Amino acid sequence: MKSLNHRTKVVILTAVMFVLLVAVYACGILISEEAVTGSFLNAKRPPCLEHPFGTDALGRDLFLRTLKGLSVSITVGLVASLISAVIAVLVGIAAANGSKWVDALINWIIDLVMSVPHTILIILISFALGRGLKGLLMGIAATHWCSLARLIRGEVLQLRSQQYVAVSRKLGKSSGWILTNHLLPHLVPQFFVGLILMFPHAILHEASISFLGFGLPPEQPAIGIILSESMRYLSTGMWWIAVLPGLTLVLIVLLIDKFGDHLRMILDPYSAQE
Amino acid sequence: MKGTLGRIVRIFVTCSIKIISLLFAVSIISFVLVTVSPIDPVQQYILGLGTAISPEKRAQIEDYWGVNEPPVERYFTWLTELLRGNLGESAIYRRPVADIIGERFVNSFALMFCAWLFSGVIGFALGCIMGMYRGKLPDKILKKVCYILSSVPMFWLGLLFLLIFAVWLRWFPIGFSSPVGVLSENVTLWQKIHHLILPAFTLSLMSFANIALHTRQKLVDVMNSEYVLFAKARGEGQWTILRRHGLRNILLPALTLQFASFAELFGGSVMAENVFSYPGLGSAVSAAGLQGDVPLLLGVTLFSAMFVCVGNMIANLLYGVVDPQIREVGE
Amino acid sequence: MEQKKETLLEIHDLSVSFRMYDHGLEQKDLKAISDLHLTVHSGEIVAIAGSSGSGKSLLASAILDILPDNATVQGHMHYKGQELTRERQKQLRGTKIALVPQSVAYLDPLMKIGPQADGHYKPKPTEKRRKLFERFQLPEHTEKLYPFQLSGGMARRVLVSTALITDAELIIADEPTPGMSLEQALEALRMFREMADEGKAVILITHDMDLAFEFADRVAVFYAGTTVETALASDFKTGPEALRHPYSKALWKALPQNGFEPIPGFQPYAGSLPKGCLFAPRCPYKTEQCEKQVPPVREIRGGEVRCYHGA
Repeated sequence: MKSLNHRTKVVILTAVMFVLLVAVYACGILISEEAVTGSFLNAKRPPCLEHPFGTDALGRDLFLRTLKGLSVSITVGLVASLISAVIAVLVGIAAANGSKWVDALINWIIDLVMSVPHTILIILISFALGRGLKGLLMGIAATHWCSLARLIRGEVLQLRSQQYVAVSRKLGKSSGWILTNHLLPHLVPQFFVGLILMFPHAILHEASISFLGFGLPPEQPAIGIILSESMRYLSTGMWWIAVLPGLTLVLIVLLIDKFGDHLRMILDPYSAQE
Repeated sequence: MKGTLGRIVRIFVTCSIKIISLLFAVSIISFVLVTVSPIDPVQQYILGLGTAISPEKRAQIEDYWGVNEPPVERYFTWLTELLRGNLGESAIYRRPVADIIGERFVNSFALMFCAWLFSGVIGFALGCIMGMYRGKLPDKILKKVCYILSSVPMFWLGLLFLLIFAVWLRWFPIGFSSPVGVLSENVTLWQKIHHLILPAFTLSLMSFANIALHTRQKLVDVMNSEYVLFAKARGEGQWTILRRHGLRNILLPALTLQFASFAELFGGSVMAENVFSYPGLGSAVSAAGLQGDVPLLLGVTLFSAMFVCVGNMIANLLYGVVDPQIREVGE
Repeated sequence: MEQKKETLLEIHDLSVSFRMYDHGLEQKDLKAISDLHLTVHSGEIVAIAGSSGSGKSLLASAILDILPDNATVQGHMHYKGQELTRERQKQLRGTKIALVPQSVAYLDPLMKIGPQADGHYKPKPTEKRRKLFERFQLPEHTEKLYPFQLSGGMARRVLVSTALITDAELIIADEPTPGMSLEQALEALRMFREMADEGKAVILITHDMDLAFEFADRVAVFYAGTTVETALASDFKTGPEALRHPYSKALWKALPQNGFEPIPGFQPYAGSLPKGCLFAPRCPYKTEQCEKQVPPVREIRGGEVRCYHGA
């Protein structure tokens, strides 16, 4: 007896992953500041029952700090991908609908963004905005929209050549009407899929840039900062500071990645058939 | 052969024009970004001196930096100097930026080249294996590995390697491109290589999943093609087909991809150099950003853009020269 | 034309099905070829005619064992009286059985024609190939060209020479004529005639009925993955009264010069084949028996037919 079909399974699994992500995020938000301010009495403890991830040199509980850091990562990743995806849609539509000139200009701008290594561009933007959260967000948002914009441009060009769009145009519908009635319904799933694909990348970039010291101030609990601190204690054998928070980050990124895959299967009936 | 040469020249010229326009834009944008920054380069420079200075001296420095001139004028001054090869003086190192870039690029180049070559060769080989065993166990396992690898932050992998190979096993040193306390002229080649292995390996792991998955996909497409079906009908075995048709059709796309991935390579080297305290351009640029060394930051940014553009140009040239179908269209 | 007819290839009850994913993880078998019979003698051209989707090209793949992985083959094939096992298919393909593919798409786009036609054989048959090229009036520089640089006619001749370079006894030509001008098509078919006259056997897969009658010795009519009738080519020239199966007759009448009379209905889809005779749903002569059971192969007037009523 087959109780569940494939699609139902995907939907349930996706929901479970979503709940898990929200739980991690909520935990990070709900943990009080006092819980992550440690005391020197507890410093440099290896993992134990009381402190599953051990404690750092200042006696702060690393498990709670990691959870807090993850919620920061998720926020930054989500907001940055959201900005990036919006830029991508706007730019993509502009490129496809504008004159040849606009299209060429946008292509050139994309080449421009691609011509500077992203890490360096984010460092520059972060520097311009005086480091901190804003610079980090803007940097990640500014570097991740290119491929989605190209995709959307292609999609719009293809849709515009479809007959029903041509018919609407012949019937005298305005380009705004065509945009909202014919193009947007197709672009909405593209937007979400693009957003989801960007999300794990954005989180990884956030961790990298924080690790370099361009993100949040050092006292903030961000995964990159924890890992950056761990460098100092690596040679003294305090492995847990580097290993466990990093591993948690990887697991969360994998979870988001899988979540994205499943969500794409639900949104896009074509890939669900594969 | 006249046609081939003409095509090379044509691709070279169009690419060069584009590169010049891009580099010009990069110079403007990066200049604007450091100009709007609240971080005051003069203050950073003075802090770097480590001693208190008189207001007159400060005014002199400000004058040198042109802080009181309008930004546009300052940009053109900087650009003219730039075109003359003068990138200014680094606030951290107190030396001309051009010299620092030249020196550090040698280190970075060694690192990036090893990683590039290694990831290319291994990635390509694994991609071939995955493609040949598509859908079977080796393919499934390697696909999982690639998939997980692309979700792992490269710098964390570097930390793990440091922990395992340098701290626990003591096979490799913890950092720096040469042993601490040894004069640079006394550093042997072996010592240099010894310090290079771990960062290069870490950096190569970043891009190898990409090339492996790409190669796999291309090979699967080739193996499902009609011409491979015909080769099979003529009695060619799996590995003969790979040798005669597979490699021929997937090598060029893979090579192009490798050249087009210079941006990721450079970005990755920033991370790897910081984890392994490797004195290359990557550790210089993060230090420049953190300590407000504007001339160095601008210099490395421009240099990195140039590096990426050269890679893209090689990729374009490769395609234009080697692929016979493009060759024909051009004529 | 009556040579000593050695039976080269015999196919009995051949079925090919594909395993497909239907909804999600549910699997479904699609029968693309069912209970097919075919005999090929050396020295003759057997044309396989039928509309698209009747399984013609799949038959070629089944004989050579180059079907996709999700295909399963049932039934018996004999080559020179011996069972054609996978092992034997592997040995024979490219040496004794050669395929002439449909188009240049079957040539490696990045390999020059010369080495491509030479194939992987050792020693390299370069000399033989040059002679073949000469015979086919392919200019000398052809071997230095890439496939996309060939004209349609040149490509056809190159493809044919890939088969002749081997010592194949059986040549399977898959739709060799589409895209060619009439003269080129005639030239290609004349080449196949020549090969057959040299004692080789040729299976000519085509949907061009006229050319099939003109050049083949016998014609096997395919319908929904099976041979409904195998008749002498001359029967088709005579007219429907010489043919045995209602589908062959209908096919004859559907030809432009014979009234262009369409056959009502559609060829059944591989996933929903009728239980009995595959043609029954469209057959004007069907009886209860036809719908219940697949008719056996019967020999009538020197031809084979799968019909209860054929006469």
